[in-house]
Amino acid sequence: MDNRLIVSSSPHLRADDSINRIMRDVVIALLPATLAGIYFFRMGAVKVILAAIIAAVVTEAVIQKVRKQPVTINDWSAVVTGLLLAFNIPATAPWWLPVIGSIFAIAIVKHTFGGLGHNFMNPALAARAMLLASWPVPMTNWVTPGADAVSTATPLALISGTEAAGQALPSMVDLLIGNVGGCIGETSAILLILGGVYLIFRGVITPRIPVIYISTVAVLTFVLGGGFSLQYMIYQVLAGGLMLGAFYMATDYASSPVTPKGQVIYALGCGILTSIIRLYGGYPEGVSYSILLMNVAAPLIDKYTSPRVFGEVK
Amino acid sequence: MGFLSFRGGVHPPHFKEATTRLKVEKAKEPAVVTIPLQQHIGAPCEPIVKVGDQVKVGQKIGETSAFVSTPVHSSVSGTVKQIARMLTPTGEAVCIVIESDGLNTVHENVIPKGDISNLSGKEILSIIKDAGIVGMGGAAFPTHVKLSPPPEKKIEEIVLNGAECEPYLTADHRLMLENPDDIIYGLKAMMKVLNVTKAYIGIEDNKPDAIESMKRAVEKESGIQVVGLHTKYPQGAEKQLIYACTKKEVPSGGLPMDVGVVVNNVGTAAAIANVIKTGMPLVERIATITGKGIKDPKNLLIKIGTPFKEIIEQCGGYNGNPGKVIMGGPMMGLAQYTDEIPAIKGTSGILVLSQEEARLPEPKPCIRCGKCVEICPAFIQPLYISAYALQNMHETAEKYNALDCIECGSCSFICPSKRPLLQSIRVSKREIIAKKRKTK
Ligand code: SF4
Ligand code: SF4
Repeated sequence: MDNRLIVSSSPHLRADDSINRIMRDVVIALLPATLAGIYFFRMGAVKVILAAIIAAVVTEAVIQKVRKQPVTINDWSAVVTGLLLAFNIPATAPWWLPVIGSIFAIAIVKHTFGGLGHNFMNPALAARAMLLASWPVPMTNWVTPGADAVSTATPLALISGTEAAGQALPSMVDLLIGNVGGCIGETSAILLILGGVYLIFRGVITPRIPVIYISTVAVLTFVLGGGFSLQYMIYQVLAGGLMLGAFYMATDYASSPVTPKGQVIYALGCGILTSIIRLYGGYPEGVSYSILLMNVAAPLIDKYTSPRVFGEVK
Repeated sequence: MGFLSFRGGVHPPHFKEATTRLKVEKAKEPAVVTIPLQQHIGAPCEPIVKVGDQVKVGQKIGETSAFVSTPVHSSVSGTVKQIARMLTPTGEAVCIVIESDGLNTVHENVIPKGDISNLSGKEILSIIKDAGIVGMGGAAFPTHVKLSPPPEKKIEEIVLNGAECEPYLTADHRLMLENPDDIIYGLKAMMKVLNVTKAYIGIEDNKPDAIESMKRAVEKESGIQVVGLHTKYPQGAEKQLIYACTKKEVPSGGLPMDVGVVVNNVGTAAAIANVIKTGMPLVERIATITGKGIKDPKNLLIKIGTPFKEIIEQCGGYNGNPGKVIMGGPMMGLAQYTDEIPAIKGTSGILVLSQEEARLPEPKPCIRCGKCVEICPAFIQPLYISAYALQNMHETAEKYNALDCIECGSCSFICPSKRPLLQSIRVSKREIIAKKRKTK
């Protein structure tokens, strides 16, 4: 034996999971909804998506270069952040809006707190909230899908009657496939669920957070939302970015609890907050703010939900 | 049949195909054996032979009066050449080097001990102790210690571990197929020692033929039940195995005997049967020699003290340049610095990884995916313990129950960021225990 043996602490076998694989899976899961967004909103969507992703990747590279850290843009995590941000912006937005959002998400939310795994809020959602507060008009300039886009309102705004009263509600089928007004990625419930199932199947996420989140909203809007209307409930569940939020945003690793019990509480919290905002607040969507609020609470939840150690008597 | 299990755990690839269907072969006679006087935790033995002495197979060559220890015996007949400190698979220890005369003359004391029906529990216990029998699963803890619970602990059942949940290893599997009767005989001896009437044999469901074989062997026995276990790592870990078989949870910080259970390996049972039936102490064992780095993987019956190098040569030698030589399985085994070390009682396998497989992954930052928490069979939170360990905050690590870690390695296995979680948790455990000793 002429070479030196490698000696290290056990285990000597590692799963082939990696950050790259996980992030790539998220991108794959988002692809169908991305294509649907492009199909429904045409060039506007392409522009926003590209601007957001490129800005996110470039920002990450620049920051890591400046700080002399290893550049990790090939781990796909900046791509995911950019894409998720683009999903939360209307296709009519000017190109600089997603660029500013991505820079904010990566530079401020992600890197000032120590980079991957240390952001206490979901970067894409925090950026969306920031954009919405600063540029409310272009951030809510919804159009009908298709080539002859005309101004419209989102289904939830329609059903709650806050805007554009008199416009016909979109059909349930349109809602399911995403043929409605809204942000680029939050419209096609069915494709978002498809991607979510893929993530669960690949072990990237557990069903815990999305299932509990969505069911909570379903139950609360059914019971409290105006007379046990099934139609109203289905509307609430399929529209307004709930699928996007529940499968892709609330499950963000860094900003959600790590303990199984904590995840249950967190998802319940998201569902309750979303329902309250939608039913009693002046704002028809509610998903992003609920998740952001629960993000802030996540470390606390983790702290109080330490699992019972095997064999521990409490 | 519903298969039993525990909560948590991972599914590493099995890698057992290379050797599951290979009958156990007798290894070539070693020309020289090197027998360490310390092969497990506990007190080392003192040599009771001198350089130049003639010894025979089965002759006691080292012993001690300490309780947590076992004597060692010669595995060959020949001349004692050297007694000195040498490298062994578990670190440096005094070893007795014996040159074989090739005759394998058996020592006079090696005579059948009679039948368990005529032996008392006490007698069986002292036979086990004298024969140097230890846990054959890998940790090599002295068996007579496990079989001597303090009187206030009432033992109700024995769980025999045939899970063999470590990937690659097939030694126990082959034993269950080729020699089920000895396993049952040894188990009955242990039941007599502990005066219990109930026993379980837990086997993972990826070995249906072993489950069949053991079921056939217990057909006429009362009180012994073969249970199929879900194939999941670490199914063979003591506390997890007890939970799967009996649904009893060993208290945190406690021992199996606290819930009235004693766990032993199937290989240990067979070794006990062997000494009662033939009088031959523990001088050889079955080991699986396998991995991509081995040309011709095998299950071999090897003599204690045979150099790894010789054993590997019998398996066609190395396949290319070896990357890692591991004693035991890939999840809990010990990586070795060299192959010039002897096989010991705890050598359940020799696993050789290719250089590519052995390359250490580069750790990335924790992304808080929660996978390690999800799978930890001790239900602790590896990411936090490891983070505190790395900052030398061992007291906080203790608050997060670092001491409950069973060192199964599942967390390091699953971590997508390839963080050396268990490695850092081990550091913390060592620090915490050292501190506890000091303040005592
Ligand atoms: S598995 Fe690794 S990356 Fe995931 S939470 Fe645990 S330590 Fe962090
Ligand atoms: S923390 Fe310990 S018990 Fe838990 S998975 Fe890691 S090695 Fe196993």
